[in-house]
Amino acid sequence: MIEIGHLLTFLALGLSLAQGVFGFMGRRALAGRIALTAFVSMALAFLTLVVAFAQSDFSVALVANNSHTLKPMAYKLAGTWGNHEGSMALWCLVTLGFGAAGAVLMRTGREIFEARALGMQGLLAVGALAYLLFASSPFTRLDPAPFQGASLNPLLQDPALTFHPPMLYLGYVGYSFVFALAAAGLMEARIDRVWAKEARRWGLAAFVPLTLGIALGSYWAYYELGWGGWWFWDPVENASLMPWLIGAAFLHSVIVTEKRGGFAAWTALLAVLAFLFSIMGAFLVRSGVLTSVHAFAVDPERGLLLLLGLIFYGLIALVLFAVRAPRLEGGKGWSGFSREGALMANNIVLVVAALTVLLGTLFPLMAEAAGQTISVGEPYFNLTFVPILVLILAILPVVQAWAWGKADLSHWMKWALGGLGLVLVFAALGVGVFEISLGAAFGLALGMWLIFGALWELKRRAVSLRRVFRLQLRIWGMTLAHVGLGVFIIGAVVETTQRYESTIALPRDGTETVAGWSITLEDVRAIEGPNWYADRAELSIAKSGARATLAPMKRYYPAAQMPTTETAIYKTGTGDLYVALGERRDVDGEARWVFRVYFNPLIDLVFFGVFLMALGGFLSLLPRRRKVGAGS
Amino acid sequence: MRARTRRLWTFAISASLLVAAATLVFFALRGNANLFYTPEILAEKGMPEIGREVRVGGWVEPGSLNYPGDGAEIRFIVIDGSPQTIPVSYTGIAPDLFREGQGVVAVGKFDDTGLFTARQLLAKHDENYQPRELKQAKPVSADASE
Repeated sequence: MIEIGHLLTFLALGLSLAQGVFGFMGRRALAGRIALTAFVSMALAFLTLVVAFAQSDFSVALVANNSHTLKPMAYKLAGTWGNHEGSMALWCLVTLGFGAAGAVLMRTGREIFEARALGMQGLLAVGALAYLLFASSPFTRLDPAPFQGASLNPLLQDPALTFHPPMLYLGYVGYSFVFALAAAGLMEARIDRVWAKEARRWGLAAFVPLTLGIALGSYWAYYELGWGGWWFWDPVENASLMPWLIGAAFLHSVIVTEKRGGFAAWTALLAVLAFLFSIMGAFLVRSGVLTSVHAFAVDPERGLLLLLGLIFYGLIALVLFAVRAPRLEGGKGWSGFSREGALMANNIVLVVAALTVLLGTLFPLMAEAAGQTISVGEPYFNLTFVPILVLILAILPVVQAWAWGKADLSHWMKWALGGLGLVLVFAALGVGVFEISLGAAFGLALGMWLIFGALWELKRRAVSLRRVFRLQLRIWGMTLAHVGLGVFIIGAVVETTQRYESTIALPRDGTETVAGWSITLEDVRAIEGPNWYADRAELSIAKSGARATLAPMKRYYPAAQMPTTETAIYKTGTGDLYVALGERRDVDGEARWVFRVYFNPLIDLVFFGVFLMALGGFLSLLPRRRKVGAGS
Repeated sequence: MRARTRRLWTFAISASLLVAAATLVFFALRGNANLFYTPEILAEKGMPEIGREVRVGGWVEPGSLNYPGDGAEIRFIVIDGSPQTIPVSYTGIAPDLFREGQGVVAVGKFDDTGLFTARQLLAKHDENYQPRELKQAKPVSADASE
């Protein structure tokens, strides 16, 4: 079976090469058909891998190294992409998938341009497929085949993590098509409104799954790692945040290109950078140059190849850019106080924020080259990334009402005073009544200000309340995304600053009070699952009438010889009571179990806010609503 | 606004923001990049300033693990074969593979008595994932690194 898959992958490689050649020759229809065939070919090849995992065919090296007969079926299937080779196969599949989707869905009416975009996508696929086939082939047999597999890392055997990689890859690799569109547009020196209309849709098609993928990963880290937090500034998290920030900048900049023909060169540059940052993420994660929990294939040689790929495609794009950018059309003129100016500010801030993340991520590497071992953690990012973003968020509600070209500034003062008033009221309420820190109160005010501003903008555009539901979906999309940002900020600020945590060591029947909850250890029992066994603690928790049982676990997976922490979470209206079970400690002859107890206030808003942003992006992606009676 | 003036403004604003960001980055890195200490490096360089977050790494001395309170806090001693040792206190769940004789990296601060209070412990996770710093440090002895 997998031999067929191997052959089909070679076929996909040949077809991608042909797609590149015919695409650059301007044969739109032919390149499109080849793109579809290549995708089908790779999809079947990927299917043979999935089948090998479903059947636990241990003669396949990849299956033997990453699966186990006792594993539940869902995780056997997810095991296909839960490793280096399989995830690269997924990367190839998605690259070809976007090529095929582009062949079907592109609607610019420019044959040569579309052909070249498909050609560039083919060239990107050739690189990915060659890397898969010659540097990390999943199609290797073992002889003799082992009787049992080595199992998937148990930390990855989790529902959220089943969908995290495919979502993330749809995002990362989705930017490959945005890259291809930018390259094709630069070739004919035409980054105009028609181009922007097309590119914006693909930018959204990548942004939405990337957002969801990051959120899933973050949610997983929250409940699976047992560390209480949801973002750790791990190099791999940063690797996904950088393309996200660049992608968000692109989505804002492309609006100017679409509506006014402006920012053409800058938009093209962002389109290219989003994908280059995605490849760089893959390089950082896969090469093992950075220490991370995700580093599942620590292989310098593979890393080197990815770096070469990054440099190769980066050079193509930047040379194209350097040659063509001076010839791009400039668009209409604008004053600094205008929608163009506001979106420019947004872009500068997002890109600078991405650069600070890049520096924080790479600094340990540079220091190591200089002979020092250094790590850069949360405090660095709180000091750089956060204030930079606060800058733009604070002015967003004011500037989003600015008109194209030149804004009417007569209401500017009213807005600024309104915002300042809101901040003062919140600071006073927060610090005085709820006894939170000044920073937290400021964060809360900022979040409310964003939500209020987004809703106000919706009302302004609709003119009257009755017409709100007749607005274009992309206006709704923008509103939801900005509301989501506000919700996220409220959740993030409250959770981070008001989180309460404590470590307790309880004997059987022992009770302690944490964050107002009285926690009693009823029992600790050994239980068994399909491919693990565990110590399971039963805790009864109570607080003024509310009563519940929590059962955190410490699992051990014998096949992988690895323990995992299964946290127990009790949802209250205001946050999560979150308990992780630690080890047994014998203190003075008495057995005690250690628990890490957290109260994470408003944590759901963090994930809900990000979800709203993705939903907003999705709404913006939907086709234009037809006006009733207009008939077009 | 004329195109040239606008370009000038855009450039000025971007440049000043970049300078501001670079300043932030510089101070943040100077204050928050965690230096790494093994006992040997500690003996060589002396104590870092009190209250500054650093990382210490080495091996958990066999027999040194104890519980001073009700079990929530653990204490142990980090060694690396040099005469210097580092006493460490940690309140929380220890990593799954944390045990005596194993490699450990602790993130935290020294107090003025020389006790290192860790807020996070990293232990050798599995054969593939080992705290990076420990690959450079030498094992104490054959039996200590198991």
